Amino acid sequence: MKCDICENEATVFLTQIINGQMTTVNLCDACSKAKGVTDETGFGLAEAFLSPAPGGGESELVCPACGFTSAQLKKIGRMGCPECYSTFRHSLEGLLKSMHKGTRHVGKAPRHLVARAAATAGIAHLRQALEQAVREERYEDAARLKGEIQSAEAAATKTPEAASPAPPEPFASGA
Amino acid sequence: MRFQTLLKHPADWMKGSGPHSEIVMTSRVRLARNLRGFSFPGYSPEHQRVELLALARPKVAALPPMKDGFSEEYAGLSKVRKQVLVERHLISREHAARSAGCAVVVNRSQSLSVMINEEDHFRIQGIRPGLDLRSAWQLVDDADSALEAALPYAFDEKLGYLTACPTNLGTGMRASVMLHLPGLVLSDQINPVLKAVGKIGLAVRGLYGEGTEALGNLFQISNQHTLGEKEGEIIAQIEKVIERVVTSEINARQKLLEDNATMLHDQVGRAYAILRYAHVLTSKEALNLLSLLRLGADLDLVPDCDRGLLDLLLLEIQPAHLQFGAGRDLTPDERDALRAEITRTRLQFLVGPANISSTRNPPEAPTSDSHDE
Ligand SMILES: [Zn+2]
Ligand SMILES: [Zn+2]
Repeated sequence: MKCDICENEATVFLTQIINGQMTTVNLCDACSKAKGVTDETGFGLAEAFLSPAPGGGESELVCPACGFTSAQLKKIGRMGCPECYSTFRHSLEGLLKSMHKGTRHVGKAPRHLVARAAATAGIAHLRQALEQAVREERYEDAARLKGEIQSAEAAATKTPEAASPAPPEPFASGA
Repeated sequence: MRFQTLLKHPADWMKGSGPHSEIVMTSRVRLARNLRGFSFPGYSPEHQRVELLALARPKVAALPPMKDGFSEEYAGLSKVRKQVLVERHLISREHAARSAGCAVVVNRSQSLSVMINEEDHFRIQGIRPGLDLRSAWQLVDDADSALEAALPYAFDEKLGYLTACPTNLGTGMRASVMLHLPGLVLSDQINPVLKAVGKIGLAVRGLYGEGTEALGNLFQISNQHTLGEKEGEIIAQIEKVIERVVTSEINARQKLLEDNATMLHDQVGRAYAILRYAHVLTSKEALNLLSLLRLGADLDLVPDCDRGLLDLLLLEIQPAHLQFGAGRDLTPDERDALRAEITRTRLQFLVGPANISSTRNPPEAPTSDSHDE
């Protein structure tokens, strides 16, 4: 049987159920690797994990948040909890590169985090201005910038934690 | 909304309308979302899933678009009812197989559904008829933004939305379009077209039975990558590709009409005749024949045939819909008989394809003035 993408002989047969119908995708070795044809099923992912890790040395990792182990990750091909992404991030890097267009998220983000990111960028900008003011010995400007940085930092650290679990939209009210 | 009510009202996307609806059946967008501080459903103990459900279901059901919608825990849904929801694309087959700690919330028009504790804590799905991924995205984007204000999402600045499977990481978005491509299949051009689509990083899936025979000439195209691109870019790319596939299909149909009219009329005529008069129809046969009849309708070979009628029929004759309608479990033989009966009933007033083609001269055109027989 031929590969659905190229002319080579298919060696990987992906079967899944769509609309109540059995679906089969036939892929050659190269294409299945290149595509990481995994979609909803995580198919192939387990194998991707099984192949010897280039970095190595992470075989004993355990996620402190959920207890998921790197052995389980290799077997299941999925994460135990959101924290697992930082626990296993080194073994993931290569995999993500082969699986996706990039390794950095550029799409939608929760609004309160966007606000925080904007604040962080603003603070970085103020810091630069402050350094320059000091270098140019404009001490009055420097004092003003320092004050601005402090109040911006106070505002930025307040938003993320407060915004998440209990009270709804703390900074959206009033003003 | 009660289950019966949900079932009685077909969603607007089931009525064969929307942009390019002669070729594009539906556009779907789904988002995978998870909560901080909980294990993913596949790895969490039951009590944690139940806890998450108790926390999350009221928030999902309270979303503005879910007003007067359908919300049900799986513990309270029979197997057949869950299967009906699968056949309507409102929940996934994998989710239907689960029970404790799982629920689904569907809006009144059945264009928006949220599965709780699927592979991810939330799968938010929007469906629109025809080629309209942007509207489907709008539906899920709005629901997602409302939900994110009420619940603490697991999100990482570098990796985006954290998902159980790394294939969904980043946007957590899967956009997919269901296409009906009988022209390309009948003219043997389907494989190169699908290959071309596969080469640019999109996943193509046909509906297959046993072996490699395509069922119903239906194909689904979706994005594979979720990290490193914006949602809008992914959607724009898919829509661009789909436009090209649609053009190929239109050309293939036109070419069949010009070069292979006899074969085409034969296929459509046979499909009509069998669907109108058969007393036993397997789902595979019904799917394939309805595909040909739909093609005949699209090309005006079957006069005044409403595509929506065929698309609704396609839904109605699926196994769980049949059993739910009958009010009991049915054997495969009973299903095939009932499927044929419903098909005959629905199509009873459908006028058949013209027996004498007006676009061509009859073979060996008689020289006499009279065409009477
Ligand atoms: Zn290949
Ligand atoms: Zn973990």
